[in-house]
Amino acid sequence: MSILIGKNTRVVVQGITGSQGTFHTAAMLEYGTKVVAGVTPGRDGASVSGVPVYDTVREAAEKTGADASVIYVPPRFAADSILEAADAGIRLCVCITEGIPIQDMARVRRYVGGTSMRLIGPNCPGLITPDECKIGILPGSICRRGRVGVISRSGTLTYEAISQITALGAGQSTAVGIGGDPIRGTGFIDLLEMFERDPETLAVALIGEIGGSGEEEAAGFIKTRMTKPVAAFISGACAPAGRRMGHAGAIVSGGRGTAKGKKDALRAAGVIVAETPDAIGEALRAAAEKAGVWQDCLVG
Amino acid sequence: MKIHEYQAKELFAEYGIPTPAQILARTPEEAEAAARSLGGGCVVKAQIHAGGRGKAGGVKLAKTPEEARAAAAAMLGKPLVTKQSGPAGSLVRKVLVTACADIEKEFYLSLTMDMERACPVIVASAAGGTEIEELAKTDPGAIARIPVAPETGFRPYHGYEAARALGLPEAQKKPLTAILSGLYRLFTEKDCSLAEINPLVLTKDGRLLALDAKVNFDDNGLFRHPELAELRDPGEEDPDEARAKEHGLSYVSLGGDIGCLVNGAGLAMATLDMIKALGGEPANFLDVGGSATAGKVTAAFEIILSSPSVKAILVNIFGGIMKCDIIAEGIVEAAKAVSIRVPLVVRLQGTHAQAGRQILAGSGLAIIPADGFREAVEKAVAASKGACAE
Repeated sequence: MSILIGKNTRVVVQGITGSQGTFHTAAMLEYGTKVVAGVTPGRDGASVSGVPVYDTVREAAEKTGADASVIYVPPRFAADSILEAADAGIRLCVCITEGIPIQDMARVRRYVGGTSMRLIGPNCPGLITPDECKIGILPGSICRRGRVGVISRSGTLTYEAISQITALGAGQSTAVGIGGDPIRGTGFIDLLEMFERDPETLAVALIGEIGGSGEEEAAGFIKTRMTKPVAAFISGACAPAGRRMGHAGAIVSGGRGTAKGKKDALRAAGVIVAETPDAIGEALRAAAEKAGVWQDCLVG
Repeated sequence: MKIHEYQAKELFAEYGIPTPAQILARTPEEAEAAARSLGGGCVVKAQIHAGGRGKAGGVKLAKTPEEARAAAAAMLGKPLVTKQSGPAGSLVRKVLVTACADIEKEFYLSLTMDMERACPVIVASAAGGTEIEELAKTDPGAIARIPVAPETGFRPYHGYEAARALGLPEAQKKPLTAILSGLYRLFTEKDCSLAEINPLVLTKDGRLLALDAKVNFDDNGLFRHPELAELRDPGEEDPDEARAKEHGLSYVSLGGDIGCLVNGAGLAMATLDMIKALGGEPANFLDVGGSATAGKVTAAFEIILSSPSVKAILVNIFGGIMKCDIIAEGIVEAAKAVSIRVPLVVRLQGTHAQAGRQILAGSGLAIIPADGFREAVEKAVAASKGACAE
């Protein structure tokens, strides 16, 4: 088991003929992901790395049985791509694109909320179930199949966390980047709930950052509903208030969304919070040991 | 993107939101003439992007054109230090001369995005004039939030709900609805992230008037609005941050002495945290992005080194899709183009890290290599304090 994706997931790549789409299609195929179709309007009949290209997601899904999509479409068109995936009956849509206008994203999230599609992102690195399927841009080489769930608002900091967990001898069930935008399809709580239900996952690492209130809400969920151990790291402790730190959502405004507030909330919920980013793996080990599951987290 | 008050009020006028008569002045003489044509008494307001002007002396009441001239002379050409401007302040290049209003009552009114609900939200409070962030802390109950679903858009009932929250008399409810209707159209048509009237005033003769105006735009929506480009004021932007933007780098100046070059916003923030935790002071946040070419790395080094206070540079790369050997080649090329006058600590991890380290080791550059996150930051902190890191 794992969450959201596995070896039977069939992926359609939206924007497959662009440079990003082409590059990552090859990388996903190499990892073993079943990339079954691509979509670029006006390029019906083309082929990328042997993957057939269609004009629309609906046709791609009908002809290939694709149930998940990944979007590498420029920001001005990406919102439409998400809507198209939802209308075509896609189950899981992963939007990598950074820079979608916030008002477009607001309308998209409200629309998607009324469909059965789950959206991950936008502005995210995607997700991976090691040895089975990766969707997005995460490097497969640093991952190892195991029993730790990873949820993160960041890209490269997630790689850092994954490699620390791997270096300690554990592995990942599924690692999910939820994205750095303030309006996103899937939040911490959705994924905590899935990891709590997933029998393979024994512990969860949560990587948050300044801005918004997702981590505080996650703390509330962990306190009342999680039985599995959780470790966390929050980046941006020394970010000046009112300044956006790279990610559109990473901003402390009006004294809200601070790293300290988030860490305090998580600690109050029993989460072990790493003070420095090199200690994420250690914090996870401490949390898992306290719950008596660390030995079972170790691989091989 | 931020704009000046006078520009925001011009936009307000386009959208039917009433504002006091206004004239922009660049010299004390122009301010005097402006005051005269407004009838003598006026308010002189420094035009800078940072908020908190009133308390900092950037808003002055003038009873005569001569007083307006003196007020303008006191502001123009000088930095104004406000709560939001930073310690160096913002240089005042223009003042806005506006007609006085006879104020009966002040209100707060704005439109912004509610990220949780994913929709625009009207924020209204009868406690106008104060900063809304302050009010949110001291008296959150005094702030009403009225979400507007983008599928339906603004409807008159939203206006009446806001009027109730403000405690407006019957005669002003319809005018408020008209103001909010215009504000909503402005907010959505121009991809705003904030459209704020603080204060909105009720005058003694019963009119509603936007005495101040603040409009911020979503940078990601600017491609749809070429007409907004002319509202940009490069004089208000940090030159390093503007330059970084041109090169597709995400950069925030922080004032310390350790320059940072990192890939990914999360790792970049975490690197700053680590530097602070180990007793150093980061000079900047810099996310070089997912496709760091030699050109980008060179630009990043140039921007970092343009600050004379930088005493060491830390490069922290976790290669995912970006390969460390490519970054290493970029560093070597950049080091040839820019003279790196301070110790350079480089940590490469992830995809092709070993190949990258070999390129750096064979380059003949005086690079201090590091493998671990903590080790790299320790070496950078030591180097910034003048210690020999090797």
